[in-house]
Amino acid sequence: MSDILLEIKEVSKHFGGVTALDKVGLTIRKGEIHCLVGENGCGKSTLIKIISGFYKPDGGTICFDGQEYSSLDIKQSIQLGIQVIYQDMSIFPNLTVAENIAMNYELYNRRKLVNWKNVETIAKQALAHIGIDIPLHESVGSLSIADKQLIAIARSILYNSRLIIMDEPTSALTRREVDKLFKVIRQLQKEGISILFVSHKLDEVFEIADQFTVFRNGRLIVSKEAKNITNEQFVFYMTGRNIEEEYFTADHADVSSSLFRVENLCLKNGFENISFEIHPGEILGITGLLGSGRTELAKTLFGMYTADSGRIFIEEKEVKIKSPMDALKLKVAYVPEDRLTEGLFLTQSIENNMIISNIDRLRKKKGTVDFQRGNEDSKYWVKSLGIKLHELKDGIQTLSGGNQQKVVLGKWLETSPKVLILNGPTVGVDIGAKYDIHNYLRKLAEEKTMAILLISDDINEILMNCNRILIIKSGRITGEYKNTDLDSSRLQVLITEGEGAEAV
Amino acid sequence: MKVKRLLKRNEFYVALIIVVLSLLIHAKSGQFFTANNLVDLARSLIVPGMMASGLFMVIASGNIDVSFPYTAMLCMFSITKLFQIMDYQGPVILGFILAAVIGALLGAVNGVLAAWLKLPTLIITLGTCTIYLGFTQGVLKSSVISVLPAPLADMANTNLFSVRSAATNLGSSMHISIFLLIATLLIVGFIMRYTMLGRGIYAVGGDPVAAERVGFNVKAITVFVFAFCGLVGGVTGLTQVTLSGMCQINFFDGYEMTIIAAVVLGGANIAGGSGSVFGTFLGVLLMKLISNNLILLGIPTEWSKLMTGVLIILGVCVSAYKMVSAERKVTSNILKAADGEEAAHE
Repeated sequence: MSDILLEIKEVSKHFGGVTALDKVGLTIRKGEIHCLVGENGCGKSTLIKIISGFYKPDGGTICFDGQEYSSLDIKQSIQLGIQVIYQDMSIFPNLTVAENIAMNYELYNRRKLVNWKNVETIAKQALAHIGIDIPLHESVGSLSIADKQLIAIARSILYNSRLIIMDEPTSALTRREVDKLFKVIRQLQKEGISILFVSHKLDEVFEIADQFTVFRNGRLIVSKEAKNITNEQFVFYMTGRNIEEEYFTADHADVSSSLFRVENLCLKNGFENISFEIHPGEILGITGLLGSGRTELAKTLFGMYTADSGRIFIEEKEVKIKSPMDALKLKVAYVPEDRLTEGLFLTQSIENNMIISNIDRLRKKKGTVDFQRGNEDSKYWVKSLGIKLHELKDGIQTLSGGNQQKVVLGKWLETSPKVLILNGPTVGVDIGAKYDIHNYLRKLAEEKTMAILLISDDINEILMNCNRILIIKSGRITGEYKNTDLDSSRLQVLITEGEGAEAV
Repeated sequence: MKVKRLLKRNEFYVALIIVVLSLLIHAKSGQFFTANNLVDLARSLIVPGMMASGLFMVIASGNIDVSFPYTAMLCMFSITKLFQIMDYQGPVILGFILAAVIGALLGAVNGVLAAWLKLPTLIITLGTCTIYLGFTQGVLKSSVISVLPAPLADMANTNLFSVRSAATNLGSSMHISIFLLIATLLIVGFIMRYTMLGRGIYAVGGDPVAAERVGFNVKAITVFVFAFCGLVGGVTGLTQVTLSGMCQINFFDGYEMTIIAAVVLGGANIAGGSGSVFGTFLGVLLMKLISNNLILLGIPTEWSKLMTGVLIILGVCVSAYKMVSAERKVTSNILKAADGEEAAHE
């Protein structure tokens, strides 16, 4: 009996003239945690959809537990024990925990009537199975994303699953939640269930995977054991280019003058006595756990919340920021945490998204909009930020996450801001685009005209790109460090230490 | 724990308002808890209660229907006319079956358009309701039928019991069609709570994409809710005829809005995925309580619309507030559990 559960051989898939997958292979052993990585658009999702039976491959074979198939359909895939947990988790926020968990099972067994006692028993068993305790009657909408993730897992192990595919399950989780999730994944592994874990966070791949596979542009690049690989190699596999980030040091920073200063800023239930200063040539980093007050701080600086007390200075002049309109007038720019809901007009074109923050400056004498100039401005930013697009008139949704984020950045830079606040600027952005953004920020800092504040929970991002790092915890700044004095594990400890004790 | 869950439910608060309001009205006028007033109130609930239960299903599925009053009107006229022309003398039940079939077909038209065109259902049903109205006026050439065919007239005169209140010497009769209301409430309640179809309706209202992924037939569910709402609409149309002893084109004027308001007042989220038929019934009861009984409080009837409007806005505010506060206090159970474990180890 072989220990191989799933073997994909030479599978191809084309959409119109575009090749999404070009004769790729993937081998998953029984009880293995396998990471599938690659930048956006590399073909990961297409392969998942082929395994789950959503798409039919144009060529190649799928071998599951010794049986060969040329394609699967959705029901067949479920019958074989393949479960997919999509990024949005496909759970129902309006229903209770118990119902969400039991629903698949009941549908699977083609029930017509609901037996509420049964629902409760099924849910209880499933949660106990993965060692999680969530109140069964809670409505799922009020739970954290991590809880929802676990509910999706609990739901998927009901059919004696053999293979569970998780599509970027950690992208919205805090570090401690990731730890808990990994514990559950390892337990499933012990029971002999294989896990295909899709991610593009390097540290997670190192931490959880036995084996990893990298795709790029629809091709298989490499597949090997996760322990025999360095960070640099990994990045090279993913991007095809050698990217080495060095510590940003701000040697030429002009410490005697100040671009942006905050004194004793307070927001009830948000943060207390926050003070910092940004000098020309610097990138200041602020990092902390989810709920530490970092997002509240960013939003307050942009006027979305009004601070209860404290003072803000831009270029040594005291200012009041009470609304985003104030912030705009004072030339404060904010690249938000969630570009989809806060940063972009999703139904509009790339160009319209580019010019929206500048619409006032594009006003012609008669009060109409100078679209000609807007078009030129947009072209300029497409070029200088390296945004990959087909046409400016295309919808913003046609772009990948990385390019969308560059659009958000570009539209703010066009306002020539004095203060640039970035909140998690590279969440869901692939590595190539991430480095582009980081490099651009460094270039901006060297121009010494803009105060740059980078708020993020991506430890490497903060460490590499910010010459000074502030740690925020329960709404207070607990320390200030030079990035060159830290490494990622030390920074991790600084962010999380004392948290467990406080939470108890 | 049970009490806490009760306090979380919208139905509890609507019921509370109803109780307080009725006690207030009775204390002020002494006429609320009189037999004839209660019978009148129950009677006035029949038509809106049935319509609201049908509509509640549509709203729970995340859709909206404004055509049901016109479906009711069309069924009311077409069946009464048919009976007249045929000089039908048989059992009245045939009329109700026909009304149900016609109503379900008209509703299914909405459902099919909604499921395949994927247009906002408000627009679809605005379109179809105008067609149904036009059909009633143009093809059936109807505005008033004052002499009913025998089977309908017989049913119009069938009451369960009559009461007379000693104080005011006003009499009221409980009409037989109260059974239709009870049946509708029970059927809708059963479907929504105890069948996979009902849970599918809630699921589709919560997240249609997720519902499709877990294996619900979203299109079939959409067609079903609209067809069922039409069916109830058709039956209600004929019920109204037997209640008032005649047909009139303006019976259901403005019903689309008041019934939607009642469903929302009863705790159903207009965006779909929540609510219960019991809540819906309470919503209707509260609306009727205000429109029929405020006069007993000494408030002129012209003010009842204003009161109803204020109540609806208040109700929406309460549920909006609940949503916002729920978002604020997102609970992370796995962290709590992890903390517990850590504490246990320490």
